[in-house]
Amino acid sequence: MMLAADVLVAQNIGFGVIAVIMVVGALRVVTTSNIVHAALWLVTVLAGAAAQYVLLAAEFVAVTQVLVYIGAVMVLFLFGTMLTRARIGAEKDVNNKNWFMGVPIAVLLLATMLLALNDGFGDEKLPADPDTLVNTQMISDQIFGPYLLPFWALSFVLLAAVIGAIVLARRD
Amino acid sequence: MLVNQFLMLGAVLFCIGVYGVIARRNAVLVLMSIELILNSVNINLLAFALRNGSADGHTFALYVIAVAAAEVGVGLAMVLLVYRNRKSIALDDLAEMKG
Repeated sequence: MMLAADVLVAQNIGFGVIAVIMVVGALRVVTTSNIVHAALWLVTVLAGAAAQYVLLAAEFVAVTQVLVYIGAVMVLFLFGTMLTRARIGAEKDVNNKNWFMGVPIAVLLLATMLLALNDGFGDEKLPADPDTLVNTQMISDQIFGPYLLPFWALSFVLLAAVIGAIVLARRD
Repeated sequence: MLVNQFLMLGAVLFCIGVYGVIARRNAVLVLMSIELILNSVNINLLAFALRNGSADGHTFALYVIAVAAAEVGVGLAMVLLVYRNRKSIALDDLAEMKG
């Protein structure tokens, strides 16, 4: 087992605080009846995820997360909310009639995953050696090297998504 | 830091997202729950990238972010189309293909 001195380092305290914020935010996203509030709680979760990426020594992904998710995706969500609902405020009927079936499914899934993770990784520590850390140059070598074909495919996915969104949302 | 604390955070977020997908009736809220699920996957990918000291996880996390952005764009365009045709985005009203 871990000793208290091992647990109480700055990174772990930071992780704990951000993790609690993220879980509370995620629970509010799936429970609130106000769609705009759900979008704002989702911002909290996404920003917390970016902070966790920094803790995981992934600065480039963290910056991308802030730019793409908090910058672009949230604007899309707020536009979607504005364009599909005339009024801003709490809604009725945002949940299914048998929404409670989700609770046992989510709890069972969580219990299974936590057991499996505890079994598989136990007290394994993340390496703290700065020499093994991934930097942005390594990521770009990966993207423009062995993963070039998926990168191209992804460009086509984005192109198709842009054209598809225009075609779908167009008023004829 | 343990590997497990990140993986468990990912698992918790994933399950909350799954609950949201099951429980929600509003299409925009279902898309938000899907974003939660995709983010939990990214946390796992980056935790394993740090554990193995490899940049593959970072690459895949970036690809997941790009695919998620495309998915939200197309998803919201479809939601908009459904709303324009029926003045409602309740998912259980869309039952034409039910046998």
